[in-house]
Amino acid sequence: MSTPVNKNEGESYGAFVRRQFRKNSFGMVSVWIVGIVAVIAIFADLLANDKPVVCSLRGEVYFPVVREMGVTFGIAQWGTEFATADWKALNYDWAVYPLVPYAPSSTDKQLVTLKERAPSGSHWLGTDDIGRDVLSGLIHGSRYALSIGFVAMSIALTIGIILGAIAGFFGGLTDLLISRLIEVVITFPRFFLIITIVALVEEGTLWLIMGLIGLTGWTSIARFMRGEVLRVRNLDYVSAATALGYSTTRIIFRHVMPNAIAPVLIYAAFGIVSAILFESALSFLGFGVPPTVVTWGSVLHKARASTYSWWLAVFPGLMIFVTVSAFNLIGDALRDATDPRLRN
Amino acid sequence: MSEPLLEVKNLRVRFPVHGGILQRKVGSVNAVDGVSFTIERGETLGLVGESGCGKTTVGRALINILKHVAPGVELDGEVVYVDKDGKRTDLLHLSKRDMIPFRSKIQMIFQDPYSSLNARLSVKQIIAEPLEIHNPEMSKKEVDDKVMWLLERVGLQPEYAGRYPHEFSGGQRQRIGIARALATNPDLIICDEPVSALDVSVQAQVINLMEDLQKEFGMSYLFIAHDLSVVYHISKRIAVMYLGNLVELGTANQVYFDPVHPYSRALLSSVPVPDPTRKNVKRVVLQGDIPTPLNKPSGCGFRTRCPVAQVECAANVPQLLAKDNGALVACPYA
Repeated sequence: MSTPVNKNEGESYGAFVRRQFRKNSFGMVSVWIVGIVAVIAIFADLLANDKPVVCSLRGEVYFPVVREMGVTFGIAQWGTEFATADWKALNYDWAVYPLVPYAPSSTDKQLVTLKERAPSGSHWLGTDDIGRDVLSGLIHGSRYALSIGFVAMSIALTIGIILGAIAGFFGGLTDLLISRLIEVVITFPRFFLIITIVALVEEGTLWLIMGLIGLTGWTSIARFMRGEVLRVRNLDYVSAATALGYSTTRIIFRHVMPNAIAPVLIYAAFGIVSAILFESALSFLGFGVPPTVVTWGSVLHKARASTYSWWLAVFPGLMIFVTVSAFNLIGDALRDATDPRLRN
Repeated sequence: MSEPLLEVKNLRVRFPVHGGILQRKVGSVNAVDGVSFTIERGETLGLVGESGCGKTTVGRALINILKHVAPGVELDGEVVYVDKDGKRTDLLHLSKRDMIPFRSKIQMIFQDPYSSLNARLSVKQIIAEPLEIHNPEMSKKEVDDKVMWLLERVGLQPEYAGRYPHEFSGGQRQRIGIARALATNPDLIICDEPVSALDVSVQAQVINLMEDLQKEFGMSYLFIAHDLSVVYHISKRIAVMYLGNLVELGTANQVYFDPVHPYSRALLSSVPVPDPTRKNVKRVVLQGDIPTPLNKPSGCGFRTRCPVAQVECAANVPQLLAKDNGALVACPYA
């Protein structure tokens, strides 16, 4: 028995997949794109805001953007003089504004004609019909896109993995009931179901949209998980685990799940794509988030009303396209990295 | 010697067959149809037969995992485990909880070295897990030491403990499987075609390892295989199975050189022997295919292909009877 010289000796499966993934340049570029979108989403308040990042007012230094975040999380309050202040009109000693000095919902009523709303030096990507800055909307919209993608997918994954694993592992009547439930939920036309519920609920919120996309999107994950668990359950090492007297919980969580879940998690990348597209489509039709919230889809929605405002269609469309493609390519790269036939 | 370890009495295993829209039971496969034999302490019993004759099912019935891997399976008969003090326990009908203490006594080695190891666990984790379950009193250090010791025993370098299964060859993986089976100091190891997935040169290494381990630890093997020369090499006694029944049971020498049952003769004559002194053995070629266990012939299961079949063969299932040369044979005309 010779000792092969191998620098990857003792490498776990996870480390191995990461090493394979890094070989895929499309996948790596996509990870960077998603990373940048995530950074933009996290620091959206600092990148696009109608308040200064730092300002000096009557000899005192304020950090209005930081204070605003505090207010959002309920750990700080506006001083009385700022609560209703028009930040643009205050007489600062000096002030540093964000890169895009507009909040996504602040309107600029002076912009009347199409020409004034087109991309220009002050509004780089133009504004919509009520003077809201498109770039600011896109920056803040990345928050909604990512959170809808991840939250909806988490809900769908949790339900799908649990139900699929139960059906696949225990089989018999349990499997029969869960499989029929999956078939029943699949037969609902998802889009119309969500539109109907959103129409019935008076105050549509972002959470409602996320929840609905998640609650209707778990079926294919459950099916996939069931199939994987069925496959893994019949492998010899599960028989070995049974023969060694391991408990059912241990067999499920230590032996079956880790080997069944990887392909399902890859599927999650595509699920995020479908959730983002779903929200965009809903908002585009005007059924999605409330009108005060600016998402990529709702900017697109504005393009329907003003045909000649090409910037309202192109820029959000581009953002959706790039983000969705990046997630798709990550999913592809992960699939290739875990596929034993493509190893080298 | 001759101290019984496991007594199998009239073991029957039936798998239900479901059909129709409501998945009702429409029939059953008699995979094992009344098999009786005894495994003695420290001996190796070979179990041979062609694919689908039920030999793997017998092995899985003995370690009592059929209920878990095949829901709805019907089990009959007795699998009596006799411990060192002579205490007898029928394992076949024990509940899952009552079975746990006996799990450490009977272990299994599998055919496919690739699917028998969990790819997400390191070799150390794989071998340490049985110890953590069955010997919870052992400290972490003791478990580590035992894992290293076991790796050495099966001929692997202890430095490999941190590696994962995909970094090993088929033969090395089979050694890891053996180490896992050895971890709980079993009295009996069911070897389900442990070498048929390996290269011939590696087969010899693994067989020799298994013989060495048996000398060192004194456990019994039930060695299931379809390769008669391998079984002859390792076994003390050999049982021949056909369509869910034992047709012949005798010492390795008797079954290999002087088979009595017409099926054993046909099976033996099919073995290519690189030995010019045996060339006068007439080749027996059986006609037809093995019948489906879903619909077995009445009486003797072998009668449809048997060269010496009589009319009476359809009436009764032949019992194992002692012949002149000491073999137990399930055929009154042989």
